[in-house]
Amino acid sequence: MNDATDTQAAPEAKPATDEPLVDPASLKMTARNVDVYYGDKQAIDDVSIDIGMDNVTAFIGPSGCGKSTFLRTLNRMNDTIPIARTSGQIELDGEDIYDPDMDVVQLRARVGMVFQKPNPFPKSIYENVAYGPRIHGLAGSKSELDQIVEKSLIRAGLFEEVKDRLDDSGTALSGGQQQRLCIARAIAVDPEVILMDEPCSALDPIATAKIEELIHELRGKYAIVIVTHNMQQAARVSQRTAFFHLGNLVEYGETSELFTNPHQERTKDYITGRYG
Amino acid sequence: MSLFFLFALVIGLTAIGWFTARMRAAQLRPTDGFRAHSLPSYHGWYVALWLGLPALIFLAIWAIFSPGLIEQSVLADPAAQVLPDSEIERAAILGEARALADGSLGAAFNPEAEELVPAYQQASGFYGIIGTIATLLLAFACGAFAFLRVRPDFRARNRVERVVMWVLLIASLIAILTTVGIVASLLFETIRFFDRISPIEFIFGTQWSPTSTTFSDDPGSFGAIPLFWGTILIGAIIAMIVAIPLGLMSAVYLTQYAPARVRSVMKPVLEILAGVPTVVYGYFAALTVAPAVRDFAVNVLGVSSASSESAMAAGVVMGVMIIPFVSSMADDSLAAVPSAMRDGSLAMGATNSETIKKVLIPAALPGIVGGVLLAVSRAIGETMIVVMAAGLAANLTANPFESVTTVTVQIVQLLTGDQEFDSSKTLAAFALGLVLFIVTLLLNIIALGVVKRFREAYE
Repeated sequence: MNDATDTQAAPEAKPATDEPLVDPASLKMTARNVDVYYGDKQAIDDVSIDIGMDNVTAFIGPSGCGKSTFLRTLNRMNDTIPIARTSGQIELDGEDIYDPDMDVVQLRARVGMVFQKPNPFPKSIYENVAYGPRIHGLAGSKSELDQIVEKSLIRAGLFEEVKDRLDDSGTALSGGQQQRLCIARAIAVDPEVILMDEPCSALDPIATAKIEELIHELRGKYAIVIVTHNMQQAARVSQRTAFFHLGNLVEYGETSELFTNPHQERTKDYITGRYG
Repeated sequence: MSLFFLFALVIGLTAIGWFTARMRAAQLRPTDGFRAHSLPSYHGWYVALWLGLPALIFLAIWAIFSPGLIEQSVLADPAAQVLPDSEIERAAILGEARALADGSLGAAFNPEAEELVPAYQQASGFYGIIGTIATLLLAFACGAFAFLRVRPDFRARNRVERVVMWVLLIASLIAILTTVGIVASLLFETIRFFDRISPIEFIFGTQWSPTSTTFSDDPGSFGAIPLFWGTILIGAIIAMIVAIPLGLMSAVYLTQYAPARVRSVMKPVLEILAGVPTVVYGYFAALTVAPAVRDFAVNVLGVSSASSESAMAAGVVMGVMIIPFVSSMADDSLAAVPSAMRDGSLAMGATNSETIKKVLIPAALPGIVGGVLLAVSRAIGETMIVVMAAGLAANLTANPFESVTTVTVQIVQLLTGDQEFDSSKTLAAFALGLVLFIVTLLLNIIALGVVKRFREAYE
């Protein structure tokens, strides 16, 4: 096991153990040598990472380090930005998601996303959750759709609060409720991976606690990747943490290990609050 | 001295005042220990405004009232005692005398006018001198007052700013007052019309033939329903069937699909369409579209009653004209929907068109509806296309291939050519104008309200 003093000698981001960080049996997504450019500017530089099914993975790092950009490559949301260009290989269950044959619609149904700012559609709560199942044709009948909506809201821990007013507008909920509605919306299409891009940064501490609790409950059912600039949050909700800096993946390891015994000088500086 | 010359003189004095005051202010600066409050040009403007404005205002008032004063003094002349009592004849003779006096008329028609000429010349000479002296005195007095205030600590800048504010305020008030004046004139004429024809008859009657009646006060021929129907058929139904889908789709393409380069070309081109004079659309409708529509209706659809002037032809061309309005309003509203909505939908695995149909358009709907209402209000007020292509016959028909007429067409019809301004026929045009004005005003208010509420929701 390395210790903090010989980090200079260990440029490899992963701990120098033979055992892979993610158990091959639970491997969900793998990224190899991923570069992302915005026009001429390189935002992600040669990132390789494994995402496991059985864990919550946190991406941390200072603003502008590329953690959100990298997250968005995992369900090809960067495709919606005309100047963004991605190279390298990203696989979901061994399938290359950037393969020309890959159906982006299918991919995004399998890899859901929750955004920084809650963005419920200006529709009713019911319609917000039913949106995904409808466009993917998941429900054969109205009662089936009702069940999916109810199940998703229950899983997102929102059902008890909204069960009497499913026809109210989703935008009328509080910020924390809106974000849980967005999580319910993502769950409703039964994804395998859920990407969360700073899901609590627009919320108050109580709403944040609820979302974190929800992430705990969802762990194991979905592979969850959460981007956060709050290190305490990463420590609370995740089992593995990746530290990004200036477009590089500096260090990736067990959360407890990374926070107590970082291998890289830059990681140590960041988690001790020297910058970022 | 002629008014024009006096006007030019005051302007010249103003320019001189500007230069001298500016020069004086520039010289003042170094001799006084501290920096002057205002730049020399502000002192220049201050003096120029004082010099020019009161004199010009006086001149304008004088130009309005001096003819009356001259006339009064002429009437006081003994030679005027022989004038006839009739107001009209008297005015005619006075007018002739004036023309003779200033040399624009060679010989007199009425001998009385000839006799009034000396009195006229004397009076106009007298008042001309008074006006000139008063104007120049005012200019010099005010100019001197302002000029004496050119001192380093004088706050010329603030005063000039204040005058600028007033000038701008008056400029904007003129537009508003004009609107009020238009409404008032419409209103008075309409009231006169409704004295003769009952409003109920006018608004609910189905027979419109004011030009054919010999007894032009026959209330049976002033039913405006066929006109309202024609206007709605062309402006609110056919034109919108063309403009709403095309405008909306082009907005969706421009905001959601078009690459930046295509957008930068297509958007200005689409806006050029809004700049084509309506009269050009008019003959496009009358000469190209209307015959084609008739041929199509007769040969393909077998509608034998199809007319060469049809609601269809006018409506379709009007719809094309309205496309840029609908498109640009829809474009703005779609662009105002937060991109988080779009991302949220795309991240659910929705395709681009699903996202547009289910999220973007519903979210932008208030703005789009506002745009459509504005477009309708423009379409029903539009005149040239319908005058040229829709026809004059006041038919109450749902067949779009027949000729119909609109409110605007009938206003043009009733008010062009020689008209007596106290017949019901002519007054009916004002009543129609008022109805049109009220309807478009209401549409605009509703549309702006809808758009505003939408803007508040997202910003």
